[in-house]
Amino acid sequence: MNYACRVDDVPRGEGRALTVDGRRIAIFRSAAGWFALDAVCPHRGGPLEDGIVCDHAVICPLHDRRYDLASGAALSGGEGVVAHAVEIRGERVFVALATAQRRAA
Amino acid sequence: MRGMSGAIVIVGGGIAGQAVCEAVRERDRDVAITLVCAEPCAPYDRVRLSEILVSGEDPQTLQLRPPEWYDDHDVTLLVGRMVTWVDHERGVLGLDDTDELHFGRLVLATGSQPLMPPIPGIDLAGVHPFRGPADCDAIRGAALAGDARRAAVIGGGLLGLEAARGIAAQGCAVTVVHLLDRLMERQLDAGASALLAPALTGLDIDVEFDRNTQQIIGPDRAHGLRFTDGSELQADLVVVSIGIRPETTLARTMGIVCDRGIIVDDAMRTSIPSVVAVGECAQHRGIVYGLVAPIHDQARVAAQTLLSQDAAYLGSVMSAKLKVAGIDLVCAGQAVGEYEAVVTDAATGVYRKLTVSGGRIVGTVLLGDTRGSEALVAAVRAGDLVDDPLQALADASLAGPADLPDSAQICDCNGVCKGALVAAVTEGGCATPREVMAVTRAGTGCGSCRPAVVEIVAAATGGLSDEPAYLCPCRKQTREQLAARIRADGLQSVSEVANACGTGRECGTCKPALAYLVSEVCANTHREERDARFINDRVHANIQRDGTFSVVPRMYGGVCTPDELRRIADVADKYEVPLVKVTGGQRLDLLGVRKQDLPAIWRDLDMPSGHAYAKAVRTVKTCVGTDFCRFGLGDAIGLGIEMEKLWEGLHTPHKVKSGVSGCPRNCAEATVKDIGCVAVEGGWQVRAGGAAGGNVREADIIATVATRAEALRVATTFLQYYRENADYKERTYDFIPRVGLEHVREVVLGEQSGAALRERLRIAKAAVKDPWLERDDPYHPRQFEDLDGVAGDSREPTLVGPPAEGRA
Repeated sequence: MNYACRVDDVPRGEGRALTVDGRRIAIFRSAAGWFALDAVCPHRGGPLEDGIVCDHAVICPLHDRRYDLASGAALSGGEGVVAHAVEIRGERVFVALATAQRRAA
Repeated sequence: MRGMSGAIVIVGGGIAGQAVCEAVRERDRDVAITLVCAEPCAPYDRVRLSEILVSGEDPQTLQLRPPEWYDDHDVTLLVGRMVTWVDHERGVLGLDDTDELHFGRLVLATGSQPLMPPIPGIDLAGVHPFRGPADCDAIRGAALAGDARRAAVIGGGLLGLEAARGIAAQGCAVTVVHLLDRLMERQLDAGASALLAPALTGLDIDVEFDRNTQQIIGPDRAHGLRFTDGSELQADLVVVSIGIRPETTLARTMGIVCDRGIIVDDAMRTSIPSVVAVGECAQHRGIVYGLVAPIHDQARVAAQTLLSQDAAYLGSVMSAKLKVAGIDLVCAGQAVGEYEAVVTDAATGVYRKLTVSGGRIVGTVLLGDTRGSEALVAAVRAGDLVDDPLQALADASLAGPADLPDSAQICDCNGVCKGALVAAVTEGGCATPREVMAVTRAGTGCGSCRPAVVEIVAAATGGLSDEPAYLCPCRKQTREQLAARIRADGLQSVSEVANACGTGRECGTCKPALAYLVSEVCANTHREERDARFINDRVHANIQRDGTFSVVPRMYGGVCTPDELRRIADVADKYEVPLVKVTGGQRLDLLGVRKQDLPAIWRDLDMPSGHAYAKAVRTVKTCVGTDFCRFGLGDAIGLGIEMEKLWEGLHTPHKVKSGVSGCPRNCAEATVKDIGCVAVEGGWQVRAGGAAGGNVREADIIATVATRAEALRVATTFLQYYRENADYKERTYDFIPRVGLEHVREVVLGEQSGAALRERLRIAKAAVKDPWLERDDPYHPRQFEDLDGVAGDSREPTLVGPPAEGRA
């Protein structure tokens, strides 16, 4: 488990990125809970942390590819992203990196 | 240069080359692709050349894909380069005899050349083929300039007739001379052809049959045609359109077997198995296809062959639509057969025919009344069995595109079937015809299928054709429904609307539209929730392809002071801004800025936001008007600055780019702006709905008024009308045609309705703040910051927990 940030560090309904063990991770605070995905869109490298977040999905800001927040599955075609586990302990947010490096759709 | 293992090189940047390129990329996102175009431009849609001939639009608008498409899809595009030799054994080819390019797999899409008859005078000035944008320019120029008092088109085929129409549209008398006794003999039977000729005459196009041109009369330039029977026709502009010759020169030098075209098998392979050929250069089962739809079919098969997938091309049913305004003509398959059912009305020029062989529909010709053409062409392609062809014709005229099978091809230019359109709605989440056209590319070629696309999308979205698009497709809520709910319940924010109506939560794509709607209905006194905004509107800068941002400070009317210029230069130095560029809207753009630097840059600039990142009022481009220009009739800079200050900070359904020109020379290009004012003798023209993008559209004139104050008032009133009534992401040039120019004028120029609009704009404007002031008052401490460094904070040690567990 890696400490990522405090709960207040991510605005409601948005995402923010950080680097964990050399890997760029986007943490999302959606109405349905906290999620973490690899931050780099496999399509053209867009920053997913800057995407629009809805209850269960995030939309890449560059070309509107959509990914499931819980699984990282691609919802609008193409390759998916790796999802990571998030745990909230009190006011603190932790991330457990998944072992997979890349994920097929 | 890329590695040579398996790299695909496509020789020829026409529709065929582009189609192969796209078909390969759809199936394999990694293989290296290079597209070599001999013409000095990226691939364009040759089919629409005749439109350009009529309208005089810039041939740029024919581009099949925008320049960035090639980067986005990792396609190396070489333009203006000739492939001069190929050594397929070494996998090397020569570019202009100067460079070499390695390949693993090769595609020949070299197209064709116009056939020019070897008759005396064919090389004279004033004689043109009709093939590329340059021919188009030359023909249109000659017809328009009055150099030509009479024009002749040799060849009464599809292309020849379209060329004749283009010439007639310039007001030049034109005669089509045809070798045979009927027009478009490859597609039409005698009956349809007999009705086509008078229809052309009605468009000021004369037709002469049985004319074999023996010579073009010179000597200095073309003056006319002499025929084998000794008769002559006066003409100083001669267009030759008698057919095409497949371009096989390169293939022949490679030792590939050619007949009329390059001979290919069902896998589109040439006699060298690692080389495929596609399009008008290829000859499949004895046929050279010169139409778009078969080329797309061939390209798909060729792509699969290149990727070692099994696929076979079994030939195509020929179909054609004549793109001549005023004449509706669709034909497919064989014009004659064992049995023919014909309905005709010579008085109205209607001719509808089905051709049947072996009990199956094998052809159709529809002239003057093309209702049901999609269904009938689909039946020809499928070879449907038919008992009563007359009944089938009658049924088709009642059937709409919505009744078609999924396999029916709707867009011939881009090879899109009805099933793909429906899937874009049911699976792709598209809600409007515009979205479906953007995703599938249907309707983006010649455009003749657009009405069918609209109808199919309307049926697929479960609405009637005239039902408005859903703002939130997940919850099937329209803009009007949501606006009414917001007003009735006094909703103040996107989350309140979500709680009330369930919108914006499932797919999220409508959140920015909801954010705009709430702000507009509440006249900017809503509760702002930034998570509903696109990233650009969270950080007030425009996200770039690499995740950096661009910064454009406000310069009213494009005017700035030396101090402002110095500050911009200092900022560019201090923050190591990679690129400073003047934009098309006369502003300075700082590109490649890091998100976390934005607040400090705004502080140093000390200029208001230019809103270049938002769906909002952007720039007002101006010419120097009466201040300095010796032609100026009106104070363009003055009006431009007034407009910009009055409208600054107002968000809009889509971006609004404006311009003010001080005289009809129109240096500020105001006639292709969303809102444009042009000073004319005695006043100002106020225009709206112009476009200079993919499709150029001349802005409609809302009104011509006497004073600058009135011009500002009319333009402002229109702006508010657009803010209140357009769908989200609907530009003014789509909005005005949708609601109708007359209606727009009525509301905008109406005394009471106009005053009410201006009052609501005044209230909305009163609540506007410069978003760049958030540099000192961010909506969240991390508005511009990611989380890097947070975990390194000594107050929060990194914990060692249970082993990391993947959930993927």
